[in-house]
Amino acid sequence: MTTQTRSISQDVTNQMRDTTVMIKRNLLRIIRLPQLLFFSSVQPIIFLLLFTFVFGGAITRGTDISYIDFLLPGVLVQTAVFGSTQTAIGLTEDLAAGVIDRFRSLPMARSAVLAGRTTADLVRNAAVTVIMLTVGTIIGYRIGGTVIEAALGVVIALLFGFSVSWAMASLGLWVKNAETAQTASFVLIFPLVFASSIFVPPASMPSWLQGFAANQPVSVVASTVRALMGGLPIGSRILESAMWIAAILAVFFPLGVYLYRRAVST
Amino acid sequence: MEEASIVADSIVRSFGDVTALDGVSLSVETGTIYGLLGPNGAGKTTLIRVLTTLLKPDSGAGFVAGIDVVAQPNLARRSLGLAGQTAAVDEFLTGRENLEMVGNLYHLPSKEVKQRASEVLERIDLDDAGDRPVSTYSGGMRRRLDLAASLVGRPEVLFLDEPTTGLDPRSRLEMWGLINELVEEGATVMLTTQYLDEADRLADLIGVIDHGRLISEGTASDLKAKLGGDIIDVAVSADDRDLAGAVLTGIAGKEAAWDDVSFTFTIPATNGAATLTEVVRGLDQAGVVPDDLALHRPSLDDVFLSLTGRTAEDKVTEAGESASTKPQRGRSK
Repeated sequence: MTTQTRSISQDVTNQMRDTTVMIKRNLLRIIRLPQLLFFSSVQPIIFLLLFTFVFGGAITRGTDISYIDFLLPGVLVQTAVFGSTQTAIGLTEDLAAGVIDRFRSLPMARSAVLAGRTTADLVRNAAVTVIMLTVGTIIGYRIGGTVIEAALGVVIALLFGFSVSWAMASLGLWVKNAETAQTASFVLIFPLVFASSIFVPPASMPSWLQGFAANQPVSVVASTVRALMGGLPIGSRILESAMWIAAILAVFFPLGVYLYRRAVST
Repeated sequence: MEEASIVADSIVRSFGDVTALDGVSLSVETGTIYGLLGPNGAGKTTLIRVLTTLLKPDSGAGFVAGIDVVAQPNLARRSLGLAGQTAAVDEFLTGRENLEMVGNLYHLPSKEVKQRASEVLERIDLDDAGDRPVSTYSGGMRRRLDLAASLVGRPEVLFLDEPTTGLDPRSRLEMWGLINELVEEGATVMLTTQYLDEADRLADLIGVIDHGRLISEGTASDLKAKLGGDIIDVAVSADDRDLAGAVLTGIAGKEAAWDDVSFTFTIPATNGAATLTEVVRGLDQAGVVPDDLALHRPSLDDVFLSLTGRTAEDKVTEAGESASTKPQRGRSK
């Protein structure tokens, strides 16, 4: 069979082309659902405003910390993680519509559907992040270090969201149903996001929770982003965050592709 | 084997305790239409999924255009096109964008992608609607676009899983026309259907599948011949019932069967058209003018009933759909 002799470079070219096609398809989908885009941008802004003005006073009473400076970097991480649930929901919808069946019957790269989806969600998250930074600046947020450090912090938040997107892709392909995917993803994500260093310092939590809250991946990444954006001592945090991101991808990239290759609509 | 574009060899596939395919073997000659007929849950879709590389069989082998679908799925995908039960097109994209996307995923040369999308849109009569989002399309238009998407890569073999389920009669006829044209151009088609008239109308060879087994295979005529000869239906008014009954019973040599709903007598046409002439003469002499008179072969409905002991299940839910385009036997007055 002639095709078996195709060069690896041809495979790589096709893989990149397939992935680009899928990214474009998913971005068009996001753009053409303007209401979803609008509300998925507004939701994190609401979080930011609520936490700043409703809880901020209580949390920082008696200290001279500006809560918005503490909160915003963490909310960027929270937004990226919440946004990743869209990956699971979008895939289950494609599965239900039979679109995944079609893609799987085409001679396209096996990872392209998932890579296209997760990358498109990354782009959307990046756009939402820009909106968040704008709103944050309006209500008083200021970076504490250099712009480059702050930018690196934002990139780490987004890359973490991207890695969680792959976990969510696996979840979506496993449960195969949009409502289940939504519920299941929040069951997994809520403890990670709220029992973390995003909103309050873990030191304020009961002792049995502190160990988890201080060391779980969302906290590690939130602390890294906060240190970078606030010009605080960074230590080994960047490396720790990078290792979490790499570890999540190392597990869920192959698992996602494996589940995709077996996925059929029911 | 060398003439066969689709081959299934003892394919078995189970889901837990349920054996969806229980050793299905068949072969489809190049350039013909094979109709896979069976009720919901018979295994039709599972067979299509195995042959289109979506599912791996537990045992057995499948070949599409001579390529082993289990051993070389990605190679097989170049030679096949799949149009599924649900129109798997993207709502938010235009018809043209959908086709260009699929063209790119078939790895057509970039220059060719746009041209091929335009060709195919024209082909399925959607060139006017090509730049509108699919969300504005009717059910029939979506289904045609779905079929079109499977054509973009010029596959040799097309798998159409219930291509007309849920379509109105006119859209069904258009779809039938399109499928016939594709085969005239050299494609090989395997389609599944719950509509007996559809298999009768389109398929060169019909396989009847039930509980994961191929229980019968042949041309529409072969299958009907299994039921014996032709049938004559005579619909009469209530006033003429006794008179007509006597005449027909005399001709048939046994009591003519009466259907109270359609007011129709049915007798076997033992001598074909000669029996029909006899019936016309007899009724005329008795002074009976029938409301309807028909000589026909047993319908595939009758075949299915005799093979499986039941009619296709969806006749109940989709009765209006299938009745509207099916040649009718009698009619109620």
